[in-house]
Amino acid sequence: MARGRASSEENSLTRLYPRGFWTWASTPGVLWLILLFVVPFYAIVSMAGGSLDPATGSAIPNWNPAYWDRASFQYVFEQLASPDGVYRVVFLRTLRYVFTAVVLCVILGYPVAYYVSRLRGRMRGVVLALLVLPFWISYLMRMLAWVGLLNEEGLVNRVLTGLGFLENPYPWLEGKSVTVILGLVYGYVPFFILPLFAALDRLQQDYLEAAWDLGASSFSTFLRVTLPLSKNGILAGVAIIMLPMFGDFYTAYLLSNGRSSTAMIGNSIQSLLFETTFGYAQARGAALVTVLALFVSILTLYYIVSTARSTREAARA
Amino acid sequence: MSTLRALFANPWRKHRFLAAYTWLYIVWALVPVVIAVGFSFNAGRSRSVWQGFSLEWWTGNPDLAVFNDPVLTSAIRQSLILAIATMAIATPIGVALALGLARWRGRGSGTSNFLMLLPLVTPEIVLATGIFFTLVFLYPVPNPGTLGQVVGHVTWSIPYVVVVLRGRIFGVGPELEEAAMDLGAPPLEALRRALLPVLAPAIFAAFTIVFALSIDDFVTSQFLSTDLATQTVPMLIYSSGRTAPNPALNATATLMLVISLAAIGAGLGGMRVLARRQGLQAESSDIANIRL
Repeated sequence: MARGRASSEENSLTRLYPRGFWTWASTPGVLWLILLFVVPFYAIVSMAGGSLDPATGSAIPNWNPAYWDRASFQYVFEQLASPDGVYRVVFLRTLRYVFTAVVLCVILGYPVAYYVSRLRGRMRGVVLALLVLPFWISYLMRMLAWVGLLNEEGLVNRVLTGLGFLENPYPWLEGKSVTVILGLVYGYVPFFILPLFAALDRLQQDYLEAAWDLGASSFSTFLRVTLPLSKNGILAGVAIIMLPMFGDFYTAYLLSNGRSSTAMIGNSIQSLLFETTFGYAQARGAALVTVLALFVSILTLYYIVSTARSTREAARA
Repeated sequence: MSTLRALFANPWRKHRFLAAYTWLYIVWALVPVVIAVGFSFNAGRSRSVWQGFSLEWWTGNPDLAVFNDPVLTSAIRQSLILAIATMAIATPIGVALALGLARWRGRGSGTSNFLMLLPLVTPEIVLATGIFFTLVFLYPVPNPGTLGQVVGHVTWSIPYVVVVLRGRIFGVGPELEEAAMDLGAPPLEALRRALLPVLAPAIFAAFTIVFALSIDDFVTSQFLSTDLATQTVPMLIYSSGRTAPNPALNATATLMLVISLAAIGAGLGGMRVLARRQGLQAESSDIANIRL
């Protein structure tokens, strides 16, 4: 029915406006995205295949694929593949951090999203507003708040030593994995909760009542009805937090004073691109960005395919 | 003990456990920020140990207070300039693109739709790197600075504008524009006087979201910054590891927080007013859900 309406609307709108009107309306946006989204992707690959400019000793991009220099890619792949390669260590650490943080976000965020989706009345609006609030507070500001709390003499250390859990203040900000992972969880969990909330909110009460009528306990209703039906919401939430987490370099930097022991792949990219322009540094940075972009697009593809599949299954069932 | 067992046997029965859990979560999510705001009023230099209330870091200190330190005022100014410029450029382009993509059927429309969605699933670090190389090596902008940052923010914001607008556009039938044209309005006039007012709340929401996206942005601003003059507040916070930070940094962050919450409040209020004038239901949920 929606489709029927859309197509009649389409006919009348094409009739109303001059030919090509809507194509022209799209043109500025499409052009902008071609010049500043598509071209930049090409620029990254061209830079990764860039060669040294003899005059300055810095890498410059090769715009013609025929002249692409493989040195930077080769270097990055070697450092990713060999057992003690620099980027292998960082990449595995990034995977570990992101995986742990995402799992914690799901465990931490699910009950909140579930509760709010079942909430009715005045409280619902209040709680939703409070859940949305972190969206509008700068991410860096939220990290800054933790830097203050986790200092040597910060509140966390004073509470923990005061209660006798710690004898001496713990150096949270001196390159500790646990701090960075918890920082990631704190930073990203609001972005996980909202799409999951949207999915749980659409879940119809009838299904749950049917399960109860058929004799299922609340707990098995949750396991066998609610959880499977919210699978797409979980996937959406995971996708939304996972993509930026893989490129994150500011959380690790701020929460460990820039130490390399907790550096993530984003930190490697950032330092390759901006510490020096000498030699192949920027070209290697570009090659690493290319690898990251490919890796992330595989994850995105997996997300799209599995969402489509479970939507199809839901439609069949 | 028996309550504990009851809890595990049926933790979802009365929601009491979940309610407590949710409130704990909210406290955890917001209290650190409240504490950081509080420390902007600290009398001493520390951002961790409370030494009494003062306005030292807001106005008192002649060199280091927010309104007296040129580094801080410059960062605040730069953040605002970027947010306003991005809003002014990205919203019109995005609105036109949303209308175009919703109604243009033909060669290239599918590809354009797909292209529009791609930035939403691209990590910001990738896009920022690409724009950095493009501006430095390809387009003749030797020292991009503010211009580069605006370009980056606009690219990043366009898809959000389209997504916000699209929901509303699909809900509007051709009747209004048909009526306007039957009354003799030429197409552009019908668009301006019949369609745009209906879309006004969504356009307002788009303005608000773009403002918030830009003012909170860090990666793009950082990658495309060329000197101290193009430093924004999030960049200032990032570099605080290297400088000796004092509560004036908290005060600066607090000021930005107040500005962006005020902008969002104004945005929500404006949306409500516009929607009511149209006799439409205000869709404050638009603004909440869209940053996904």
